[in-house]
Amino acid sequence: MAAAAMLGGCDRLGNAEWFQRTLKTGEDANLFVQRLVLTDRTLAPEYAEADISPWFKPNGTEDPPDRSYKALAKRKFVNYRLEVGGLVEAPFKLSLAELRKLPARTQITRHDCVEGWSAIGKWTGVPLADLLSRAKLKPEARYVVFHCADTMDQGEDDGGADTAQDDGPDEAVPAGNANPAMTKQSGGGESRKSSGGQQASEDTAVGGGSPVRYYESIDLVDAFHPQTILAYDMNGKALPVSNGAPLRLRVERNLGYKQAKYVMRIEVVESFAGIGEGKGGYWEDQGYAWYAGI
Amino acid sequence: MPRTFLTRSAPDTAEVERRRWTFRHPAVIRITHWINAVCLLVLLMSGLQIFNAHPALYWGKVSTFDTPLMAMSSTEDDPPKGVMTVLGHTFETTGWLGSSAGADGEPADRGFPSWLTLPSDQDLTGGRSWHFFFAWAFVLNGAIYLLYGLVSGQLRFRVIPSRDQVRHFGASIWEHLTLRFPQGDEAKRYNVIQKLTYLVVLFVLLPVQVLAGLAMSPAMDAAFPFLLTLFDGRQSARTVHFVVAALLVLFVIVHVALVLLSGFWNNMRGMVTGWFVIERKVEPVAAVGEPRP
Repeated sequence: MAAAAMLGGCDRLGNAEWFQRTLKTGEDANLFVQRLVLTDRTLAPEYAEADISPWFKPNGTEDPPDRSYKALAKRKFVNYRLEVGGLVEAPFKLSLAELRKLPARTQITRHDCVEGWSAIGKWTGVPLADLLSRAKLKPEARYVVFHCADTMDQGEDDGGADTAQDDGPDEAVPAGNANPAMTKQSGGGESRKSSGGQQASEDTAVGGGSPVRYYESIDLVDAFHPQTILAYDMNGKALPVSNGAPLRLRVERNLGYKQAKYVMRIEVVESFAGIGEGKGGYWEDQGYAWYAGI
Repeated sequence: MPRTFLTRSAPDTAEVERRRWTFRHPAVIRITHWINAVCLLVLLMSGLQIFNAHPALYWGKVSTFDTPLMAMSSTEDDPPKGVMTVLGHTFETTGWLGSSAGADGEPADRGFPSWLTLPSDQDLTGGRSWHFFFAWAFVLNGAIYLLYGLVSGQLRFRVIPSRDQVRHFGASIWEHLTLRFPQGDEAKRYNVIQKLTYLVVLFVLLPVQVLAGLAMSPAMDAAFPFLLTLFDGRQSARTVHFVVAALLVLFVIVHVALVLLSGFWNNMRGMVTGWFVIERKVEPVAAVGEPRP
């Protein structure tokens, strides 16, 4: 059938390196134009208490399997220290109690998953700009990288990646189950092409030998945006583990996969090329756009 | 040339020749038409791919997961059944919606089947790349079409019904429903239903579709909060985007059917080379404005 042949042709085209790069120019244009229409201080819409979703759907990792994280969680994160370092003059560490003593911002915002669903939550946390100002960025600083506690790919044999990915709440939401990898951190569904994805985890196993943890990166425009906070409270209570305790990034004006959960370390860098597979985030390494404003 | 047309009130009775070549579609319109056709097809199929990442629709600001307007899912049976729920009514849709054969032929949980999505495998990021690239192509192509159409006067000639057409609206509908296609000079212009349809597609459906797409972007919502007001929230915008896509599919189906019925080769030649043959009326029509017996 002609249509089937055409679709097969499109798939082949879609797998070709040059064509993928061409398609990606659409996403580059998104970044370019959205940065033109947004000022550095344009706020994402904020909502009323009454708009808060009764259930803030946790997505992706809901309970990091990592032993070190479990130990922290068991003691209610009293031993947790947020590390701020990289290209800064004055790196520092802060406990959760110390973070809570800093000036805070509370915002009721909408969380948009790349999969298509939305939820509204109330977030309280420390503006990232305050932490970065305290650390004093070096002139070459361009991006802020968030290193998270949760392991995504164990880097074992080829089953490893899928095991780590597929622990999403398939049963919880009937509407979502056509997308079995209700994966980590509001990332998209079964995005990895079966071969490509497996390949990636094997590479990791062979190359690094260490498990791949979630990470994300934003540029300084988003990092210094007034609504960009490291949230420790959700809906007026301590952030639950399923939503990213003890600390999650809220970078409003971006899709869910940018809202990194279980943030352990903040690293200021000039380029993220040397981190992970070099695309600026766990999902970005699977092919998602680095810019997540649409 | 396309702007010269006779009105119905002055039917051409003198039969000079039976077939007359007319130049119907200028190059800009032909090129933008075909680019648009490719864009719409890719946008539809990559859009269904994106929809499949969360095959459910809601109304309002957020997703009310327990009460979707529409949802596709699969059952626990072996083999799984595909199920679609629309406004509380459930239909079994195995093989089509909710559950259909994947690339390996095995039943897979997916909203729309793989032959309707681009890429055919479940691949949200791939779908997004296709969708955004072709969305830009669609918008730029559409802008060229509109600009050219406005400046050249083509747009007005094509989509604004003329006074006599408005007057004979009823008769026109009857002709259309009975698939009586205009001949002679009347075939040089679009009839009133065609014009109104193109008017609605060009100036209602397509702009609403673009705005609803933009309203799904968190960054665009920050820049233009009226988008959320316009659609009553992001999830409604997503639902509107889906429904308008369905209406555009309906438009294309009718459009292609009429192309086939009203002289496929002539129409295709018209949209490829610009040249269109007008069949002269053999007998002049006496009564105008009334349904013919």
